[in-house]
Amino acid sequence: MNKYIITFFLLILTTLLFSQEKDEKKVIHDFQLELEAEYRYFFDEGKFADQSAHFPSLGIKPKYNLEWNKGRELVNFTGFFRIDSDDKRTHFDIRELYYQKAKGKYELSIGLKKIYWGVTESNHLVDIINQTDQVESFDGEKKLGQPMIQYSYTTNVGTFDLFYLPFFRKRIFAGDKSRLRFPIVIDKNDIVFESDAEEWHQDIAFRWSHSFSIFDIGISNFYGTGREPIFNFDQLGNITAFYPIINQSGLDLQITHDAFLWKIESIYRTNTFQDVFAFTAGLEYTFSNVKNSGIDISLLGEYLYDDRDEFALNALQNDVFFASRISFNDVQSTALLIGGICDVNNSSKIFSLEASRRIGSSFKLELEGRLFSNISDREFVLTNFENDSFFRISLFKYF
Amino acid sequence: MKTHSIIIAILFFSISITGQNKGLEVAKKADAADLGFESSSVSLTMVLTNRNGQKSTRQMKTKTLELSEDGDKSLITFESPRDVKGTATLTFTHKVGADDQWLFLPSISRVKRISSNNKSGPFMGSEFAYEDLSSQEVEKYTYKFVEDKDGLIIVEQDPVDPKSGYTRRLVSYNKEKGYRIEKVEFYDRKNSLLKTLIYKDYKTYLDKHWRANIMTMTNHQTNKKTELTFSDYKFKLGLTDEDFSQNALKRAGK
Repeated sequence: MNKYIITFFLLILTTLLFSQEKDEKKVIHDFQLELEAEYRYFFDEGKFADQSAHFPSLGIKPKYNLEWNKGRELVNFTGFFRIDSDDKRTHFDIRELYYQKAKGKYELSIGLKKIYWGVTESNHLVDIINQTDQVESFDGEKKLGQPMIQYSYTTNVGTFDLFYLPFFRKRIFAGDKSRLRFPIVIDKNDIVFESDAEEWHQDIAFRWSHSFSIFDIGISNFYGTGREPIFNFDQLGNITAFYPIINQSGLDLQITHDAFLWKIESIYRTNTFQDVFAFTAGLEYTFSNVKNSGIDISLLGEYLYDDRDEFALNALQNDVFFASRISFNDVQSTALLIGGICDVNNSSKIFSLEASRRIGSSFKLELEGRLFSNISDREFVLTNFENDSFFRISLFKYF
Repeated sequence: MKTHSIIIAILFFSISITGQNKGLEVAKKADAADLGFESSSVSLTMVLTNRNGQKSTRQMKTKTLELSEDGDKSLITFESPRDVKGTATLTFTHKVGADDQWLFLPSISRVKRISSNNKSGPFMGSEFAYEDLSSQEVEKYTYKFVEDKDGLIIVEQDPVDPKSGYTRRLVSYNKEKGYRIEKVEFYDRKNSLLKTLIYKDYKTYLDKHWRANIMTMTNHQTNKKTELTFSDYKFKLGLTDEDFSQNALKRAGK
């Protein structure tokens, strides 16, 4: 699968590179490398047999940028490789490899790219272009590179983006040894497609976004293979899963007023089997430079609703998120985020801690902790994770 | 007796009015002297020194678009420290009211609108506050002329924004050299001297735009110091609004 994508886009890229050669004046190259040593520890014994507790791991992220025509034409590459004691987590991906050309009001991108839509912190509902790299992170913020042709046009009344997405990336699920898994191990190839075209269903997406005065608004529509599979659990505990063809409309809005950020994200998703309505809404308030210490303290609160109820894959169906972000604004850029998500109807709670600090000029230390507490039996997804509280420590070195 | 005090009061009043007018006039002249660069770009290195003399370095690139009807637009891209490389900010300064600001986070390709409410906080852990580095629009201060000594005009500037970290700034303008700034003294909210900014190694570009190659900010209360070194100044680059869009922000950060 990766092989196809790479050949396809390398072909396009070489053609483009050669055709552009005549305009080349000054070409700027830049290579960066990020190495990560990671250790994850799950302090409770696994709920299922064979699950491990200790997961040492190494990550490598090379980045290469090439730009010319005063930065108006460029090629960006970001690779990613992880070696983990959990072989399902050992994986390779091309996060980005695309050619981009900007001219006046338009911008064209061809290749594997990462697109981010949305404004809220606890959940990313409208963000649909890229497949989630499920094994890589708990919060779902890590994404697989998505093959696309993106055309963007900026006007006085906002930016219009059109996406052509010719190929679908399958989600990778946890294996036998892995934590944060279901009773049955799901292989990514076990999940079937609603469309006969399978991964080659030609998806399209559109987005209008505009920033004016204190408002930042986005309205989007996606038609194609849903990035999230639908699961069916039968009486025997067997799971069948497939990727449906969906139509999803999304809205994201942020109002930035003094130290307040008011946020809302909402989606309406339809397919042959279910209609989904979900929203996340909340606010963020920052006390900046508290008592002239340079420290910023932000308070965040969001409400999460999903009408799929307990069948929502992310288990965020009627929950409240609260958190505090502390930025020390010191020389080492020390930052801390402490928070939790509580279910409104039952006892389930997930507590989180994320911290980071630079060491010297080219190292960074990251800490993450997730604590599953009082998970209710009614939670179809979360009950599987109730013994999977963990902490992670990562040391990054940048070259 | 009564008439005397009234006359004295009127006299003081008119003196202070003249002081305000004269101060504002200097600020306007300085602003006018630098008009017409259209757009510019510069690389800068920031060296932070703590009270034990330990140093740490940040590097960034700035692009600016000059606008006359409203404040300037600027795009800052961070080069180092390496863990923040590719992070970029886009700022639309407004002559009146809060600035608009967006932050690009390269690790998740996210553009985030951020509050520009934080004026007095430190920029990247340095001795420069956000308000020291934002575009200096005439409308952001009220003015008082202090003195004219040996060609240096000293004007007191009081920030209009109550969220500013300063009660006042004392700015020394060099009349002979296109009203370029030589020194700024910052007084904190308790009106005690907080920081001094010294401009050094001036050069002229396009025969009229004075730019200091070195700016040194010393904090007298903490004994920390930050030195900014500018290099590779370029003017009239032909940049337009499209080079300061959210798409341009994403292109700049990587």
